[in-house]
Amino acid sequence: MLIFEISAKGRRNHLQAPRLAPAATDIPAHLLRHKAPLFPEVSELQVVRHYTQLSRKNFSIDTQFYPLGSCTMKYNPRGVHQLASLEGFLQHHPLTPASHSQGYLQSAYELQQILSHITGLSAVSLTPMAGAQGEFAGVAMIRAYHLSRGDTARTEFLVPDAAHGTNPATAVMCGFRIKEIPTDKHGDVDLDALRAAVGPHTAGIMLTNPSTLGVFERRISEIAKIIHAAGGLLYYDGANLNAILGKCRPGDMGFDVMHINLHKTFATPHGGGGPGSGPVAANDRLKPFLPTPIVGYDGKQYRWLTTKDCPQSIGRLSAFMGNAGIILRANIYARLLGREGLCRVSEYATLNANYLMARLQQAGFTLAFPDRRASHEFIITFKKEAKTLGVSAKDIAKRLLDYGVHAPTTYFPLLVPECFLIEPTETESKEELDNFINILITILKEAKDSPDLVKQAPHNLPVRRLDDLKAAKELDLTWRE
Amino acid sequence: MNTLPQELRYTTTHEWVRIENDTATIGITEHAQSLLGDLVFVDLPTLKKGLAVGDDAAVVESVKAAADVYSPVDGEVIAVNTDLNDKPELINQEPYGAGWLFKVKLVGELPLSLLSAADYEAMLDEE
Amino acid sequence: MPFIPHTEDDVKTMLKTIGVKSTDDLFDEIPSNLRINDLNALDVGLNEMAMGRDMKDRAARDGGLACFLGAGAYEHHIPAAVWQITGRGEFLTAYTPYQAEASQGTLQLLYEYQTMMAHLMGLEVSNASLYDGASALAEAVLMAVRTNTAAKESRILIAGNLHPHYRQTIEALVRPQGILLETLPYNDKTGCLETQLPKIENGDIVAVVIAQPNFFGGIEEVDAITDWAHQHQALVIAVVNPIAMALLKEPGAWGQRGADIVCGEGQPLGIPLASGGPYFGFLCTKMDYVRQMPGRLIGRTVDQDGKPGFSLTLQAREQHIRRAKATSNICTNQGLAVTAATIYMSLLGASGLSDVAKASHANSKTLCAALTAIPGIRLRFNSPYFHEFVIECPCTADVLIQALLKKNILAGLDLSVLSPELDHCLLICVTETKTADDINAYVNAFLHALQNITSISTTVED
Repeated sequence: MLIFEISAKGRRNHLQAPRLAPAATDIPAHLLRHKAPLFPEVSELQVVRHYTQLSRKNFSIDTQFYPLGSCTMKYNPRGVHQLASLEGFLQHHPLTPASHSQGYLQSAYELQQILSHITGLSAVSLTPMAGAQGEFAGVAMIRAYHLSRGDTARTEFLVPDAAHGTNPATAVMCGFRIKEIPTDKHGDVDLDALRAAVGPHTAGIMLTNPSTLGVFERRISEIAKIIHAAGGLLYYDGANLNAILGKCRPGDMGFDVMHINLHKTFATPHGGGGPGSGPVAANDRLKPFLPTPIVGYDGKQYRWLTTKDCPQSIGRLSAFMGNAGIILRANIYARLLGREGLCRVSEYATLNANYLMARLQQAGFTLAFPDRRASHEFIITFKKEAKTLGVSAKDIAKRLLDYGVHAPTTYFPLLVPECFLIEPTETESKEELDNFINILITILKEAKDSPDLVKQAPHNLPVRRLDDLKAAKELDLTWRE
Repeated sequence: MNTLPQELRYTTTHEWVRIENDTATIGITEHAQSLLGDLVFVDLPTLKKGLAVGDDAAVVESVKAAADVYSPVDGEVIAVNTDLNDKPELINQEPYGAGWLFKVKLVGELPLSLLSAADYEAMLDEE
Repeated sequence: MPFIPHTEDDVKTMLKTIGVKSTDDLFDEIPSNLRINDLNALDVGLNEMAMGRDMKDRAARDGGLACFLGAGAYEHHIPAAVWQITGRGEFLTAYTPYQAEASQGTLQLLYEYQTMMAHLMGLEVSNASLYDGASALAEAVLMAVRTNTAAKESRILIAGNLHPHYRQTIEALVRPQGILLETLPYNDKTGCLETQLPKIENGDIVAVVIAQPNFFGGIEEVDAITDWAHQHQALVIAVVNPIAMALLKEPGAWGQRGADIVCGEGQPLGIPLASGGPYFGFLCTKMDYVRQMPGRLIGRTVDQDGKPGFSLTLQAREQHIRRAKATSNICTNQGLAVTAATIYMSLLGASGLSDVAKASHANSKTLCAALTAIPGIRLRFNSPYFHEFVIECPCTADVLIQALLKKNILAGLDLSVLSPELDHCLLICVTETKTADDINAYVNAFLHALQNITSISTTVED
């Protein structure tokens, strides 16, 4: 039932509105609202009960194993959330003078330093509000760099065909044309195709390493050499940074600029689709172009650096300072873990992924890249099952939900048909992984013995499969009386 | 694939073309519509728009995919199938008939890259 | 080990299953010249107790000010239930609802949000959120360019009294696509857009951006501007404060045809100030333009048994399907902040929200009257305003701000940020959170500061 359907005319929460609200007699009538918006009229208990009940229809990390590939659904520590929600932080206005913002500014400055060290890049701006905005910042910085040198011919960006959809979408937002680079059969970038694609029009390349195929791009130094020799720059998509924390650094691989998904690697909550945060890190060459504001420190006081301090900056990406609360959380998470804890993240994330991959292979599942080491994630494909049993990756994903496990990422990357991209993260126990394996084995057996059970799944959730065709053709996007 | 109309020409990107005098009618093939699934929206070109071979001409959209339709010929758009605005499913039902997308008044020679029905069928068999 | 559940036995068994000797072997595909062995430049980890002490100290340094500063972020009362429910793990730790059957909670909530937001703005459709108000405006500008294909050039006219940070954000976000941004001047006396609107040719302009209220808090003559824009085949993009829309005319009713795209900052709807985020941007439009909308959309449909349910819809506009041709590169949005806003709007209801707006307006009138009664202080712009106003002082605004900070009052914004000649101007905001005592404390501190600074003897008038 919708909140609007439990509404009754004239019911209201007097406790939640001001007691004295005189009419605004000084505003001309033609500028005033004459028809109240259609909001529900409900009691506080009704609101609390309605949304609590809705919350129970969600899968979440707190309630289920959630191996969603490329999303790093690890435990979001409660202490971090609580400490970032202290009253002093919550009531702090973003335009408060720096003298009364030192607590926040210090935390942001420390995070800039931590990220710079982890990535091997010299400077960081925390302002991008999600991964895609971090990508925008990085690619816009590359554009600004070429233009600052009077190099106006660089109009093309290279993107591997395995890339996340935000990569090509971002490069287009920055005014570039896209050239897709194919992947070879081992999951690496096709170097011959890359050599053929670069030239005086190449502005740069966007890469994820480990790639979205769940493998480390072994010839990354050579790729960097090819791009740099052509006069282009390298952008690193930090979606998979969890896999290499403390093991290697994008700066050392030859990347010039990158973003970091704090809501992945730094355990900040995903919130049902955000907020994320996508700080951008750059080497000396691109540092002058970082978006503002950035936090500076003179040894005594922290303060905001603006375009006055950074005249070549690509400018401002948000009204204030990006998702400040997420930046606080990432600071607290990183400092709780410290130098040892951060290194353990990639070790155990990789251990879990390789263990799952090995056991699933033993159990007869088809790996997309059986001769490769998994990074923190890996791909299995149900191409065979789809052909022989008529059961698709989607069917198996839906059946997993019946068993109380969130499905892995399905049908991405687009290169591998009928695929699951599985990322267990470091915070899941061996027991949880074993349980997941057993469930998948059970489902595969069901697919053989009673395929309809799988094809019609889910059976145990608040709704069964939804009619997406009706949703798209008979658009119902708002409730009307 | 015994339904493949023999009189049409085809492209490697799964458009079909019917040539009648200096007019070309363009649509997407049975194979293309089956890959896309149930279509929910079609974005048609504007009338009088000039098209060159390979230009983005239209977009067909299903629930989970969207595909560009590229112009197989050079010319000017002289008609679009407005029935598709309300009934994009016509493409699924009759891809070679009521599901046509747009008509072009041809300019110059037909491109050599157009495939015959037999060539297109051979290409599909390889996929 | 923090947050890692493995026992030594687990690790041994798992390594054996994989067929390697150590976890280090798992990184053997990384070329050895790229390997690092530690992060020893960083500090050692803290435990939760030590971290608690440290963060409480930091929070204490930033807190405790009485806030009379707005300028795009507004302090309102947030009912306790809002974040208690929003903070439930099932909302907090879920991700984008890709698996609809396992995400009906978030999906239904977003559908309810879309409904409330569309009704509040008087338009037909709302998306499920963008990052913040400024980036939402940039998306609105790009959407207008895609929508108004009849325009000859990608030229946008932007109100000169728009929040300067919004202007800077759209410059950064749309400039690479070659869109021309021009300024619609405001009147120096009213602070509002000139009533004598410029002469433009039909089809010269893609869209006109109007802020209601404007950056100075002033209320614009939106009907006339909307009709003027439409007469010249330009779209109207409204940037509005959602709380103000409970009191002021909704954008869907502006002029003859209503604004075409409405966007803004959702923060006033139950989101704490929190140093500037996470907030959320909203974006509403007419049904005709829905396919050009950026961001996620939730649709109501039925499941295979005919039971009502909700799912992501029109996904073919989005980057994960359309890639280089998507309407935007946005992926993650601000779902959690929207969860809070939906609960906030449900708890307040239309009448509660209207009361918040009216009380904020009345409180700002009270403070403004008291301040402008002081000799030497005048109201800078003579237009009606919502809950923010600008006063001109005999000294620079910064001097007053520093003096009031000593009394733990955040006095407002120094308008020299907008232009150097406004350095004697202070932008002040009062919301429903301020009591008569708070307002008196402000006035007294202000008087005291003025006396110290200017040595002008003033008499306090009742």
